[in-house]
Amino acid sequence: MIYLKLFLTFFKIGLFNFGGGYAMISFIQNEVVFKHAWLTTSEFTDVVAVSQVTPGPVGINLATYTGYTAAGDAWGSAVATFAVCLPSFLLMLLASRYFLKYQHARPVESVFAGLRPAVVGLIAAAALVLCNAENFVDYKSVLLFAASFLAVWKLKAGPIAVIACAGALGLVLY
Amino acid sequence: MKTCWFLFLTFAKIGLFTLGGGYAMLPLIERELVDKYALFNRREFLDMVAVAQAAPGVMAINLSIMAGYKSAGFWGCLSAALGAALPSFIIILLIAIFFRGFQDNPVVRRVFMGVRPAVVALIAVPVFNLSKAAGITWKSVWIPALCALLVWLVKVSPVYIVLAAGLAGFLYGCKSGVRGEK
Repeated sequence: MIYLKLFLTFFKIGLFNFGGGYAMISFIQNEVVFKHAWLTTSEFTDVVAVSQVTPGPVGINLATYTGYTAAGDAWGSAVATFAVCLPSFLLMLLASRYFLKYQHARPVESVFAGLRPAVVGLIAAAALVLCNAENFVDYKSVLLFAASFLAVWKLKAGPIAVIACAGALGLVLY
Repeated sequence: MKTCWFLFLTFAKIGLFTLGGGYAMLPLIERELVDKYALFNRREFLDMVAVAQAAPGVMAINLSIMAGYKSAGFWGCLSAALGAALPSFIIILLIAIFFRGFQDNPVVRRVFMGVRPAVVALIAVPVFNLSKAAGITWKSVWIPALCALLVWLVKVSPVYIVLAAGLAGFLYGCKSGVRGEK
């Protein structure tokens, strides 16, 4: 029963993945390529590449694509995507409830006062990790980065408008 | 009901433009839900990011669930999560069915050569926007700097950073006692 297998596998992937994003990839590869052989290694690499040029989190993208390939229809996609989100949904529902209830309790306040500066650091790390040769191919990339940064920070431009302009410029410049 | 529909549409829009991983969602959420509609403030937003990062699963979905719950309870988080997942679901499904090899299309490649550096900039801006809400001063700027370096260069998992920072905050809170919040 392929749908049940997809459901269980992606539920597990959703439940045991900490750290998100690219930390998830090798775990998914292990399940999907080596254990179940739903995708070949090269197909898997392709999907990761597709994820980089399509919107949405890579975990969702991999679930949708693998579901379709494994089951041969859109239901497979739906089951895998639903299953990968379900553990987060249940856990976050609980977390949200308790967070809202106790967010003003003193110990919780202290915990979050400690967390906030660290989270700013995590966001900075996310930006720094992306400063690689793949994202910055030449001086034009650096200029695009600087222009986008100033547009959003100083001119308060909307992120969507900036992405659209950068895409159009990419088409013109390269 | 109206709020749920609003959350669904807003997160669908956010999901559609989240290119380059969960953190790329932050500037969009900040813009739409904090600045434009004031559903929560920057400090609450940071707290949500901390919880979303510490929980298992896809960070972007976790964050949409928290933001949705905060704004409109159970149905709010259902709407937000559905909205956030739907655009990528539809697009990947279409690619899986019709356009295998999409990533090798020359037009797509060129567009993304422009988009990628812009996404890095979009993630960098909230670092500065959120610093004030995080209570970072010149005296405490070493904390985010150290966390960033540990994750970036030493490849420490963000989960450990969240756990350590939460514990440190708790202990500091116990020590400083009645003085309480900054």
